[in-house]
Amino acid sequence: MNDESYWFRPPPRSRELPMAPVRDEPPPVEITIDGRALHASPNATILEVCRRIGIDTPTLCYLENLTPVNVCRVCVVEVVGSRTLVPACSRRVEGGMVILTDSPRVRLSRKMVLEFLGSSVDLSTAPQARGYLARYEASPTRYGSPAPPASANERDQREPGHHRAPSGETSETVAQPTKVDNDLYIRDYSKCILCYKCVEACGTDAQNTFAIAVAGRGFDARISTELNVPLPDSACVYCGNCIGVCPTGALMFKSEHDMRKAGTWNEPAQTQTDTICSYCGVGCTLTLHVQDNTIVKVTSPMDVSVTHGHLCIKGRFGFEHVQNRQDEPK
Amino acid sequence: MDLRIAGPDPTPDERAAVDSILGQAVSAWAGGTRDLDTESHSAHVGGHEARSRRELLLPALHAVQDRFGWVPPSAMNYICRRLLVPPAEAHGVATFYHLFSLTPRPPAVMHVCDDIACRVSGAEGVCRELANTTTAWQRSPCLGQCERAPAWLVIASGDTPRAKEATSLDALLRSTPQSGTPGLRLIQRIGQVDPESLTAYQATRGYEALRKAVVLGAEAVIREVTVSKLMGRGGAAFPTGRKWDAVAKAPVHPHYLVCNADESEPGTFKDRIVMEGDPFALVEGMTIAGFATGSEKGYLYIRGEYPLAAMRMQTAIDAARAAGLLGANVMGAGFAFDIEIRRGAGAYICGEETALFNSIEGKRGEPRNKPPFPVQSGLFGKPTAINNVETLVNVPLIVREGGEAFAGIGTSGSTGPKLFCVSGHVERPGLYELPFGPTLRDVIALAGGVRGGKPIRAILLGGAAGVFVGPDKLDMPLTFEGTRAAGATLGSGVVMVFDESVDLADILGRIAEFFRDESCGQCVPCRVGTVRQEELLQRLRAGAPIGSYKDEIALFKEIAQVMRDASICGLGQTAANAIESALITLDPVPRNGSRS
Repeated sequence: MNDESYWFRPPPRSRELPMAPVRDEPPPVEITIDGRALHASPNATILEVCRRIGIDTPTLCYLENLTPVNVCRVCVVEVVGSRTLVPACSRRVEGGMVILTDSPRVRLSRKMVLEFLGSSVDLSTAPQARGYLARYEASPTRYGSPAPPASANERDQREPGHHRAPSGETSETVAQPTKVDNDLYIRDYSKCILCYKCVEACGTDAQNTFAIAVAGRGFDARISTELNVPLPDSACVYCGNCIGVCPTGALMFKSEHDMRKAGTWNEPAQTQTDTICSYCGVGCTLTLHVQDNTIVKVTSPMDVSVTHGHLCIKGRFGFEHVQNRQDEPK
Repeated sequence: MDLRIAGPDPTPDERAAVDSILGQAVSAWAGGTRDLDTESHSAHVGGHEARSRRELLLPALHAVQDRFGWVPPSAMNYICRRLLVPPAEAHGVATFYHLFSLTPRPPAVMHVCDDIACRVSGAEGVCRELANTTTAWQRSPCLGQCERAPAWLVIASGDTPRAKEATSLDALLRSTPQSGTPGLRLIQRIGQVDPESLTAYQATRGYEALRKAVVLGAEAVIREVTVSKLMGRGGAAFPTGRKWDAVAKAPVHPHYLVCNADESEPGTFKDRIVMEGDPFALVEGMTIAGFATGSEKGYLYIRGEYPLAAMRMQTAIDAARAAGLLGANVMGAGFAFDIEIRRGAGAYICGEETALFNSIEGKRGEPRNKPPFPVQSGLFGKPTAINNVETLVNVPLIVREGGEAFAGIGTSGSTGPKLFCVSGHVERPGLYELPFGPTLRDVIALAGGVRGGKPIRAILLGGAAGVFVGPDKLDMPLTFEGTRAAGATLGSGVVMVFDESVDLADILGRIAEFFRDESCGQCVPCRVGTVRQEELLQRLRAGAPIGSYKDEIALFKEIAQVMRDASICGLGQTAANAIESALITLDPVPRNGSRS
């Protein structure tokens, strides 16, 4: 071997730009949606294809930055030949699928799911869900007058198994007092549709804190900390990502909750301003919701690659420090 | 994972109870006591290792519940530390199962069944009597003892092992009135052969099938099962051969075999009697299934309300292992297979196959969305063959007699022998075996006919998730195709007879209550639908419909439709079936006018 042994000389520099390895994209499959024949990747969900071609599919438990859990069943569509309806949010397309997104079966199921939610859950701060109710002509009142709300923590102590049979005079709801146990956010589980989003955001989909989980069974299932301890005693780190994903306002900034209670919450009068959080070097985009020159809540856009909509306690709740200047009392 | 586990430390007793399942904690890093002499500043157990034992969460909770009668927070915290399970998640799991209690319970609690079969046999009388005593008791959904209704089960806790229940064959003989009749194939040993003796099992052609299977080879066994046209006996009637073939051919390893013994369908008790009376047959069936599907591990998931069945199965598994019929080299034939028992903890939904997987994995028993199906991604995400007890005890029969011969039994669409759980108002409630083909009338006649010769008001087929039929359907053949043609279902083989004395509306109310209690709560159609269904039924019973009776029936049909169409799993999809069938054909509630 001479001095020119290969290891002395670096290999010639590649002329190609560095890129992520190319994954084999499976060949597109042919499907039919509402009579329209089209091609789609078998990796795509029915919902993704529907959205691509402009079919508006209602969703409640689905969010782009969370793993689909397909529990709300409001996105169901009919796949011809399938015994039951299938959830569009998680079912992937298969070659030859004939999908109906507005058949009588689909409309009935969506209407009933929305009626079930509307008759058992307070949707007053869930404009999206209320819009769906109107669209599907759901009438939640036809199940009778709602039962009186449960007392504080009563639902949290229900054990699985036997319940007391209802009289039939009223229809059961999840109504209960709001849980206010810290200064940052409140939990109003009478507005909870049990979409599992907050549990996912608290868990492996975002925060990995695991402070809350679904407890109980059946209609008594609820979101709970361990042994239903107040949040300050739980593992909660107050990132507020559960508030960010909550579709019904069951989880809410305390500032918003207090203003709504006082009747001063005025959403149309609010401005939204994007800025970059200055607490650390990550550079999260913050959307400041401002009313009367006061920041009332903070969110983050879902399509920003830095945050995917998720923040930490400083970005989410640190805005109070901006407003605590001595010279300008609130 | 950085867990925050606050709260009290475990008492030595609690620690011992948990350690009996998880083994001693190696150091304070893994939840043990701090001992500065022996441990350094490094963790002996990594997080991955601790978390990989998540599947032991339910067994650990059982150990604590068995020892103390409830799960104290300190013991729960210790389990969380040992397994690195977030306390909120462990709380969610423990509150899912009704046999776990997070509040102190007396050391012995009597669970009194007030479900449909017991209801028509005096369960309310038992409850009334107990109400006047100091006995700790609570109502329970079907305990799977419908042949000896009214039934109850005492669950005791303490540090001494529970008193062994009577091992005599008398109880089994009473439950299987046919016992000893020649010509039986599935239950010929029950009540005749000592269920705890391997020698007695082997003396009655036991393990002949496994020996033959080993000679035939896995592929040939699957071929025989396919030729036999054996259909799943748990209720869904899926061809067993196809299921096994898919698992055997799955490229992903390991493969798992799961036996679903979480029999909780009201009216069903066949699997319990098979496990109590002929446990080795199930062990042999599972071993053949494991051999055929290339699974080295089999899980037997027994419902928590079957302590005797679990005990007998454990005895049988231990005996088989000691005899080399389970283990690393089964029968010296060069394949490995072993069985582990997992106890359910009181949740009907865990009889749903994917909920059962989640339960074994130490999670809440919430069903998964399908696809993917278990044969692709089942237990621990691996290809899994999951079969009902009765299905698996048919397997030794098929291997021994040949698939062709098995297919010759019964009808062309429903082959082999079938177990029927006959209960309610009949002379001799019990477990009956018949080759597929007899009519409903034949089966009721076999059980001695209606008690007191009264006229029949209704018959429930397939359990709470099944269908009510009237006496006009007595000539329906009890086969998969025969029941389907009549718009009914065979389900798990329940035939529950109600004579004219029954308050059918009350029975429907109990079924509605059952589904409301047992819905897992995951999806909206089932979680709220089962509540609205129960409320509607109560309104009809009270004679106070919203609008007219007709309006309520129309609303009921819509509720039934959304549950059937949009629920995730079979529970929600069938939760309205029985009630709907009764409302439409049997006129169970008086049709009063509208509420004034």
